[in-house]
Amino acid sequence: MREEVPAPAGSGVQTVPFVEVRRLTKRYGSVLALRGADLELHRGEVVGLVGDNGAGKSTLVNILSGGIQPTSGSVLVDGTEVTLRTPVDARRAGIETVYQDLSLAPDLSIWANMFLGREAVVKGPLGRIGWLDRKAMMERSATSLEETNIRIASVLSRTGRLSGGQRQAVAVGRAVSWGSRVLLLDEPTAALGVEQQQRVGELIKRVAANGIAVLLISHNLPQVYEICDRVVVLFHGETVANLRTSEIDIDDIVGWITGSALAARRLHEGQA
Amino acid sequence: MSISDQMPTEVAPETPRDENAPAFQRFMESIGQFWTFGVLVALILIFGIAAPDLFSKDAWLSTSEFAVEYLILAVGQTFVIITAGIDLSDGAVLGFSGMAGALLMEHVMIGGPSGAGTVVIGIAAMLLAGTLIGVLNGVLITRIKLPPFIVTLGTLTAVGGATNLLNNGTEITTLPNFINNMGTASVLDGWLPIPVLIALAVAVVFGLILARTRFGLRTYSIGSNDAGARRAGIRVDRHLIMVYAISGFLAGLAGLMVTANFQSASPIAGANDELYAIASVVIGGASIFGGRGTIFGTVIGTAILSVLTTGLVLTNVAPFWQQVAIGVVVVAAVAIDRVRTRAGTD
Repeated sequence: MREEVPAPAGSGVQTVPFVEVRRLTKRYGSVLALRGADLELHRGEVVGLVGDNGAGKSTLVNILSGGIQPTSGSVLVDGTEVTLRTPVDARRAGIETVYQDLSLAPDLSIWANMFLGREAVVKGPLGRIGWLDRKAMMERSATSLEETNIRIASVLSRTGRLSGGQRQAVAVGRAVSWGSRVLLLDEPTAALGVEQQQRVGELIKRVAANGIAVLLISHNLPQVYEICDRVVVLFHGETVANLRTSEIDIDDIVGWITGSALAARRLHEGQA
Repeated sequence: MSISDQMPTEVAPETPRDENAPAFQRFMESIGQFWTFGVLVALILIFGIAAPDLFSKDAWLSTSEFAVEYLILAVGQTFVIITAGIDLSDGAVLGFSGMAGALLMEHVMIGGPSGAGTVVIGIAAMLLAGTLIGVLNGVLITRIKLPPFIVTLGTLTAVGGATNLLNNGTEITTLPNFINNMGTASVLDGWLPIPVLIALAVAVVFGLILARTRFGLRTYSIGSNDAGARRAGIRVDRHLIMVYAISGFLAGLAGLMVTANFQSASPIAGANDELYAIASVVIGGASIFGGRGTIFGTVIGTAILSVLTTGLVLTNVAPFWQQVAIGVVVVAAVAIDRVRTRAGTD
């Protein structure tokens, strides 16, 4: 019982989606956290993933970021089925995740965080021991943040000294800098003030405009409505709606989240 | 559409300085992490004026001899503390390694009691014993997920007992000449004992590893955000086991130094050393919550404790007061560091 909406690509041209999720399920003992999630992410698109608490948003995102394994169903990247066993697998497939807690090391400088787990080392005989190429990492961090139009005073700053919005920007900048094509953002503005939410929203749109597919998981419906091209609604572990924000208003999204729109459609179908 | 046409996202300037902060706090921030170095210089000046003997060769030799043991342990402890862990067992491991190596040299004689083979086997046994206990600590911490405090408290006690079991609680004094000579040999006209040279080499090598290698940076990453490091693909468990192995290895090396220095392996060698090692690291500016610390800071921390000890002896302060003084310094160092980093921290 799902609303069949052809996936609108950002450009309006039908292409193979960067990421496609088909009938994904996840079972924890006797609990079905996901009972049939479908999702398509296209180039240049910002898609909102919404649903009430327990609807399965976190489970779906965890599967896409390589944190947990699905019970059944498939994940396709560029039309090819992939198995994402670890976060590293997901990254190799071009899927970068900006976690709700940002996964930054507050005691390390911005450049060290940009290269966390992917440190550049000096080439040559001593490279095997792993002498850090600090200069290269600093330069590349500065360049890639600049390319995403994130302005920083210095990549040498300790990350813990930045404000919440600044840290969010560094986390997004890090994800984008690694050439990801799909960006998963888990509640990126939950901890931010209004002005910083605005800035992060602009950053997300810029990232998408640069050809990246963005999946935004958020409880902030006005923000989802404002930023996203499309909204996918999960209800009781199932994708129940796939809506273009240009064709609906916020109350429609609320209706799908609470299940009332689904009930109404079932009633309507029953009468037809 | 080019993204650079659009409004930029500002990151920084850093949280602006609180201009209304107390003058003391602003002063502490401005001198940065070098304040401990200032404390060391101040201590040397104060004790030097009170007791000019502080600048004698004898005072330097006894201070540096004292420092060797703690510096080698503290270097390993620095790695552990940066990962937000703690190694309470390193003093006990020092004693066990020295005893195990000495016992082996007593019984296995390759090329005679002072033969090269005997010496090599003895030294290898000390380093290996320390490393293996370190690996055991690391495995218990990462695989069974026990807190480092509990695991190393357990090994501290168990290893202490094992040391006494090895030779029925008595010391071993029959050591190869090479070991005995190593403890007393020196260069630069007697000003630089070999053990001091070895301790400094350890500090330089491990300082470079911590500050300049991928292994070092990941040590900080894990201590600063363990879950983030895991998600970034860092093999955190393996890394932690290696860090505890380093601490154990250096405790084994310290066991060799102490055995050579005293020309005997004593079952009480290393007792309570872990407290001095931890104190040195903390005075040196490392955070007990992980993510912060440097070998340079640890060297300064060890030097402060050593100068303090020698200075109090030379000024005829009763030995029990020395312990009180060291306790006060540890707490004061952490308190000052807290004030220094208060503004703009996490």
